[in-house]
Amino acid sequence: MPDGTSALQLVFGGDPALYAIVALSLYVSVCAVILAALVALPFGASLALTRFPGRAFVVVVLNAFMGLPPVVVGLSVYLLLSRSGPLGFLGVLFTPRAMIIAQALLVMPIIAALTCQTVEDLWLEYRDELTALRVTPARRVATLLWDARFSLVTTLLAGFGRAAAEVGTVMIVGGNIDGFTRTMTTAIALETSKGDLPLAMGLGLVLIALIIVVNALAWGARRIGEIRAG
Amino acid sequence: MISRRVLLGLAFVAAIATPALAQDKSIVVASTTSTQDSGLFSHILPIFKAKTGIDVKVIAQGTGQALDTARRGDADVVFVHAKAQEEKFLAEGFGVKRFPVMFNDFVLIGPASDPVGIKGLDIETALKAIVATQAVFISRGDRSGTHAAELALWKDCGIDIEQAKGPWYKSIGQGMGAALNTAGAANAYVLSDRGTWLSFKNKGDLAILVEGDKRLFNQYGVMLVNPAKHPHVKADLGQQFINWLVSPEGQKAIADYKIDGKQLFFPNAGAPGA
Repeated sequence: MPDGTSALQLVFGGDPALYAIVALSLYVSVCAVILAALVALPFGASLALTRFPGRAFVVVVLNAFMGLPPVVVGLSVYLLLSRSGPLGFLGVLFTPRAMIIAQALLVMPIIAALTCQTVEDLWLEYRDELTALRVTPARRVATLLWDARFSLVTTLLAGFGRAAAEVGTVMIVGGNIDGFTRTMTTAIALETSKGDLPLAMGLGLVLIALIIVVNALAWGARRIGEIRAG
Repeated sequence: MISRRVLLGLAFVAAIATPALAQDKSIVVASTTSTQDSGLFSHILPIFKAKTGIDVKVIAQGTGQALDTARRGDADVVFVHAKAQEEKFLAEGFGVKRFPVMFNDFVLIGPASDPVGIKGLDIETALKAIVATQAVFISRGDRSGTHAAELALWKDCGIDIEQAKGPWYKSIGQGMGAALNTAGAANAYVLSDRGTWLSFKNKGDLAILVEGDKRLFNQYGVMLVNPAKHPHVKADLGQQFINWLVSPEGQKAIADYKIDGKQLFFPNAGAPGA
């Protein structure tokens, strides 16, 4: 990013470096949410519908993990992906892939815990019907996830918000490499350390605007979906 | 419907999990916050890329952390500034050979009003005055090259900092820019490399108070991570980068980097003993 420019100039002047950073931030966080959702949605729903000894413990741990410290997740993934670590042969440390994996781990508990709660509430409504129809457990999970889809949009957004806003994991596993793994949050941290506080603040406002836009789009999609579904 | 989604999901997971292909010509360089925050890399790397097509991915850490990153095999080249630590790294067999690249110097920064009155003194008298008056001093505290230099300076000046330190000595464990930000906010004294200081944009009331003392010399060196320890190290590309840095062309690129007409780093590849 050129020195001595303001964030406004960068945004409206169409600075390609800034757009690349914004695109990478979106790419990493969206991929992380998708990856996390693939695991967390079925897991959360299954947890809502099953009863087993120790379930309360799992639920408490899951809820607690919504507050996983990003630096700890980052450090764990770092040690795992380091060349000296067990998955070092993959060679993905300091790449966007490593950042996606780390953020996915960070948001997985959030999506799973909120899904569990949503599906549990819905299950109270559907229990008699689904039990009477003798629906298999797998179909129950699928049915409830489908019928809760509009509420689950908010769950995914919570995960996205967490992913897009955090700096701890992406800094450690991505390395904040210029033009390769630099995201909005690590760019803000860097500009702060360079003493360019106005640019850092400007980038912060761009990030907040971006998160608002994503949420607005999701809200619009949800409204359209609700209207179509009646 | 469901099965197609499952397939898509699996494809997605596979795309993320497969090892990065080695198609790109790129190396990872573990370097210091001073070389990045000063803007040197943004100046020289495009020149190197234009010539060789090699992408240099810089991870900016403190010197100690950068060497550790290289010890774990997560970098191909280290470019740092703490000779004693670099020689230890070589002795452990993690580096192939150390090449001196350039130098600049450290400067003692403090409030322009200079409450202790150290402006223009030599570094020893200045540090002793800071200790005597217990003026607030910000230490990097992050095992970086500048932190190592600060600790060596206390020792050279006959001050046992472990004994002398008190609430006035604040170890923040962060990079150079963060230390300058903190010093500015706390009206404190701080040791900085000149490059980061010149490019720093939040100087506020801070100013250079002590400079030019030969004990404030700051040498940078570059090393290839030993492929014998870490076979995946891109030795060929990494060595190309090192060779370029110490070549007349690379040395000129370093010398050409200026802020407000002031040169930040002084090339000295091949200088004996550097």
